[in-house]
Amino acid sequence: MTSSTLSVEGISVETTRHGSPLVLVDNVSLTLGAGEVLALVGASGSGKSLTCAASLDVLPPGTRMIADSVSIDGSVLQRSTLRGRHIATIMQNPRSAFNPVRTMQQHARETLSALGISTAEEDERILRAMKASGLDEPERLLRLHSFEMSGGMLQRMMIALALATEAPFLFADEPTTDLDLIVQREILDLLDHLKRERRLGILLVTHDMGVVARLADRVAVMDGGRIVETAPVTDIFLRPRHVITQRLVEAHLSLYNRSEVAA
Amino acid sequence: MNLLEARGVSKAYRTFSLVGATKAKPVLNHISMEIAVGETVALLGRSGCGKSTLAMLLVGLERPDRGDILFGGRSLTSLDKAGWQNLRKTVQMVFQDPLGAANPRATVKDIVAEPLNYLCGLTGQAAAERVRELLSSVGLNWAEANKFPHQLSGGQLQRVCIARALAPDPKLIILDEAVSNLDLHLQIQMLDLFEELRRTKNVSYLFVTHDLRLVEKFCARVLVMDQGRIVEQTPVSGSLAFSSSEGRALSAAVLPPMPRQLLAAGG
Repeated sequence: MTSSTLSVEGISVETTRHGSPLVLVDNVSLTLGAGEVLALVGASGSGKSLTCAASLDVLPPGTRMIADSVSIDGSVLQRSTLRGRHIATIMQNPRSAFNPVRTMQQHARETLSALGISTAEEDERILRAMKASGLDEPERLLRLHSFEMSGGMLQRMMIALALATEAPFLFADEPTTDLDLIVQREILDLLDHLKRERRLGILLVTHDMGVVARLADRVAVMDGGRIVETAPVTDIFLRPRHVITQRLVEAHLSLYNRSEVAA
Repeated sequence: MNLLEARGVSKAYRTFSLVGATKAKPVLNHISMEIAVGETVALLGRSGCGKSTLAMLLVGLERPDRGDILFGGRSLTSLDKAGWQNLRKTVQMVFQDPLGAANPRATVKDIVAEPLNYLCGLTGQAAAERVRELLSSVGLNWAEANKFPHQLSGGQLQRVCIARALAPDPKLIILDEAVSNLDLHLQIQMLDLFEELRRTKNVSYLFVTHDLRLVEKFCARVLVMDQGRIVEQTPVSGSLAFSSSEGRALSAAVLPPMPRQLLAAGG
C-alpha cells in the first residue's frame, strides 16, 4: 500500500435516447489521496453513481464511456487491473451483492483466487480482514449464507472482502443508505477507523450531508453530470459557493434544531 | 377520539418446512397504543424490532395472536364487509419498497386510479381529473402518467405510491419508512405536503422510521420500540430527550449536522 494519489481524468458517459446521444456524465475529473475521504454528493440522477461505475469500468448496459483515464501517482492503469487490485468496492445493498446459494467462504475464495492468491494465504488473509472489519467468530460466519446474516453483518462482510484484496483505494456507493441508524453509525465508525489505520483512500458516494459531515475530508458536488464545486468539507458547510451546494447544505441543516447547529 | 387502537396485541411468527413447524419467534409482546384524530405519531426503533409487523396488524393485513385492534372503537374481528371497506378508505399505507408495492403491468395513472374506482366509485373523466391533481400534488408531471413502474426512478415511483395513498382522502396514513429512499429535498417536500393535509383535512399519521431528525420535524408524539415492546412514549417538543436506553442509543446515532472540526471549534 504505497500508492498515494489516484486520479480519474475526463470521464464522460453517454447514452442514446430517441436516436440522439445524451450526455449523462460530462468530463468529470477527481483526485483521491491515501488516507483521505472524498465525498461525491448530489441529487439522484446527478450522475454520481455513474461516475463511480465508469471509473471502475462497470457501466450498466446501454451507456457508453467516451473518454477517461485512471492513474495512480501519474502512471496510467489498464482498466482490467483496476477492480480488486487497486480499487475495492462496497455497494448500497449488501444483500443483493452476495450470491444466496454460496457461503461467505466461497465468496472469499472467489475474490482472492481471482487475484492469484494461494489457498494457504487466502484463509489467513480473509480471517484477518474479517477481524479488522469488526466481525467476531469469523470461522463460524464463513459457513453462513447471506440470508442467514443481518444487513449490518453483510455490509461488514463486504468491507472485509474489500480489505482482503489489500487494494489501497475503496469506492463506497451509498454504503449505509439501507441500514438502520445504529448500524449506520457502526459502519461509518469502521470506515473512519480504516481510513486512519490503513491510510485507505475512500471515494464516498452519498446524498446524505449527515454522512458527509461525519466522514468526509473533501467534497465534490455534482449536478446534471458535472462537478459544480470541490472544496474541503468545512468550506462546503460554512461557505458554499455554488447554488446547488447552498441548497444541499440548507436542506440538510433544516432537519436540525437551530440551537444545535449554532452550538 | 381514537381512530385506531391496539390493545395488548402479541404476535409470533413460525416457519414451516418438511420436518414440521419451527418454534414460534415472538415479534410483538403485549403492545398497546392508540392514534387520535389529527395526531402525528412516530414509531421508532432499529431494524427487526417489530415496527412493520405492528403497522401490518393495525391495518388488518395480519391478525394478532392475542389482543385486539380497534377501529373507531370496534374490533377488527367484528367488522362486516362495509366496515372493512370503510377501514380501507379511512386508513391508507405507504411502504418502503415502491417496486414491490406497484403492479408492474399497470401504468402510473391506472395505479393511482385503482383506489378511486374501488373505494370511492369514481371512474372515467372524474377519476382522470383527480389522478392529474394527485400526481401534481406529489410533484410528478403528467408526462409520467402513461409510464410503467420500471420506467420510473425509485423516488418517482415512491411518490406514485404516496399519490395512490392520498387518493381516497384517508383520515390516517401509515408511512412505513416511506420517505427514507427519497432525496432530502423530496423528503422535505413530502413532509410539507403531509403537514398541509394534517392542517387542512385533519389527517393523522403513523410515521414508522429510524430517522430521528424527521421525527423532531414532523411528529407530535413518539413511541420507541425495542424487541417487540414499546419501551418509551414521549411527546416531541423541541429537541428530543429519551429516558430509555434504546431511545438514547438511537439519538446517539444521529448523524452530526456539521463536520466535527466545526462543532469542536464552537463556531
